[in-house]
Amino acid sequence: MTDWLHPGLMIMLAGLFSPLVRGPLRTALLLGVPLIALIGICLGHAGAEHSFSFLNYELQPVRLDKLGRLFAIIFCVMTFAGALFCYRQAGKGELATAYVYAGSAVGVTLAGDLITLFVFWEIMAIASTLVIWSGGMQNSRGAGMRYVLIHLLGGVILMTGIVAYARETGSIQFAAMAADHFSTWFILAGFLLNAGAPPLSAWLPDAYPEASFSGMVFLSAFTTKAAVYVLLRGFPGTELLVYLGLIMIFYGIIYALLENDMRRILAYSIVNQVGFMVCGAGMGTELALNGAAAHAFTHIIYKALLLMSAGSVLYMTGKRKCTELGGLFQSMPLTAACGIIGALSISAFPLTSGFVSKSMLTQASVDDHLFVIWLLLQAASAGVFLHAGIKFPWFVFFQADSGLRPADPPLNMRAAMIFFAFLCIFIGVAPGYFYELLPYGVHYAPYSADHVVTQLQLLLFSGLAFFVMLPWMQRTLTISLDFDWFYRRLGPSLWRRLVFCWGRSNASLGRSLQAYYTRISMFGRLAFSVTIGQYVALVIVVFMVVLVIFQWLAQSA
Amino acid sequence: MEKHWLYQAGMPRKLWTAGAAVLAVTVLVELFVSLHPHFHSARLFAFHALYGFASCALMILLARFLGMLIKRRDDYYDD
Repeated sequence: MTDWLHPGLMIMLAGLFSPLVRGPLRTALLLGVPLIALIGICLGHAGAEHSFSFLNYELQPVRLDKLGRLFAIIFCVMTFAGALFCYRQAGKGELATAYVYAGSAVGVTLAGDLITLFVFWEIMAIASTLVIWSGGMQNSRGAGMRYVLIHLLGGVILMTGIVAYARETGSIQFAAMAADHFSTWFILAGFLLNAGAPPLSAWLPDAYPEASFSGMVFLSAFTTKAAVYVLLRGFPGTELLVYLGLIMIFYGIIYALLENDMRRILAYSIVNQVGFMVCGAGMGTELALNGAAAHAFTHIIYKALLLMSAGSVLYMTGKRKCTELGGLFQSMPLTAACGIIGALSISAFPLTSGFVSKSMLTQASVDDHLFVIWLLLQAASAGVFLHAGIKFPWFVFFQADSGLRPADPPLNMRAAMIFFAFLCIFIGVAPGYFYELLPYGVHYAPYSADHVVTQLQLLLFSGLAFFVMLPWMQRTLTISLDFDWFYRRLGPSLWRRLVFCWGRSNASLGRSLQAYYTRISMFGRLAFSVTIGQYVALVIVVFMVVLVIFQWLAQSA
Repeated sequence: MEKHWLYQAGMPRKLWTAGAAVLAVTVLVELFVSLHPHFHSARLFAFHALYGFASCALMILLARFLGMLIKRRDDYYDD
């Protein structure tokens, strides 16, 4: 099927047409198309390639191999489950843009050349910004603006790298490269920015929690995991990634421990989990790359499950701070149970999906005799249980009773949570089927008495530390300063001071600067007097036209 | 409103006792399972239990210390 329609484009088109239809047709379109795309990807034989000439380059929009297929499969499954979770509750614009976002992520995983990759990469940035803006929360607008600026910066860096790479090598094929040149450094930096690597990790916890209860479910899955995919394909075995990954892991844990907003805890936890994958990409052995790819796959499922659980709480109560929640397990038993299954999976408890994927990464460090890395990864595993495994369910569903008694969410939301909870357990109990999908042959058995016992010790004693030190973990009405302070506080205040000083030393220059400044802010206000809904509609129409032209070009080639 | 049984008096004590029992089992079972640690220092009895607890305690301390420096009221950026 990939012969006649690109699966990513199919999902994008489904999203774009979805606001035009209603009733059962819309449901069928939204739920059916990701499944059809999934079947197409599964049936397409490995090694399938389609290419056409564009300017002087040979573009390859579809290249199906095991690594790309693994990511394309989970992106389609995620799109289906995400839609199931919210097709009755989310706004039309949000779902349409979420589908464009998901489809472009599938496009990234199938792209065989850097130009196609870049086009989908940028569509992903724009569509995800629209998902954030569709959130309509108090801070959605500002957070979305900061998000898109950072990602456009990343896009420029990536494009510079790609252009330089094409000039140096004469090739635009997307294959493994070495970070030893100006061009490849830029490409790597562009990829890392989307992975949430330091120092610019703050965009993720800043922006994602400002999306709607359902928007964040989609956001958690695609951008960072597409970045993991391109790192695995483009820069396997780059040592720098090991250290960056470790920084991300501990950054995520420490900031999540300090956080009060339940969805921001989970956002920091995304950085933490992607850190494990980046670290695996850096180790670069077959087991490590398998482990990183496997962990991306399982992480998409359990993180989406956790965010569906948190999203359900937000949807039913309108509250998002741990200080306002607690005791919800009494009236939301299913949401709590699914949240706990997600929490156990992210912590890599035996019999859950996280156990069979993360273990490969730790084993890879053992096989390479990397003692310090192994010690840090073990500490990190314990830390994951601490900040996501216990902290999230404890403060939201248990701790002191908040007196809130919301019911479980509507049927379709419950169904999506049950589906993903089932997958978490199924992959954990029967990893054989899952291992078949991985890019390299798997000669690894996660379940040995030795491994189960040591893992349980590690996790349960981490739990003991949590409860013993609980008084120090009590939530406060605070946020934590991060790198974004530089562009949210320091930058603007320096600028204001500069304008003020110039104004005093040179009256006319000061006046014109002042006028310019006012005009910019007026323009800003003018720009936003057009509603975000109108923006979304405009962008959707432009997308649609571009897609039709692209599909037509690909067909006629 | 009647209190859920988990919130009734005396429950925390029972939960702590049950938890302690589970912890004890996971450590003692090490006597009956042959472990094959790759690294030398992991051969210590109950290494993973001690390491899990100590590393988490350290991370909580670190977070608390860092929190003193970087925590701000949650309306810090709202002006």
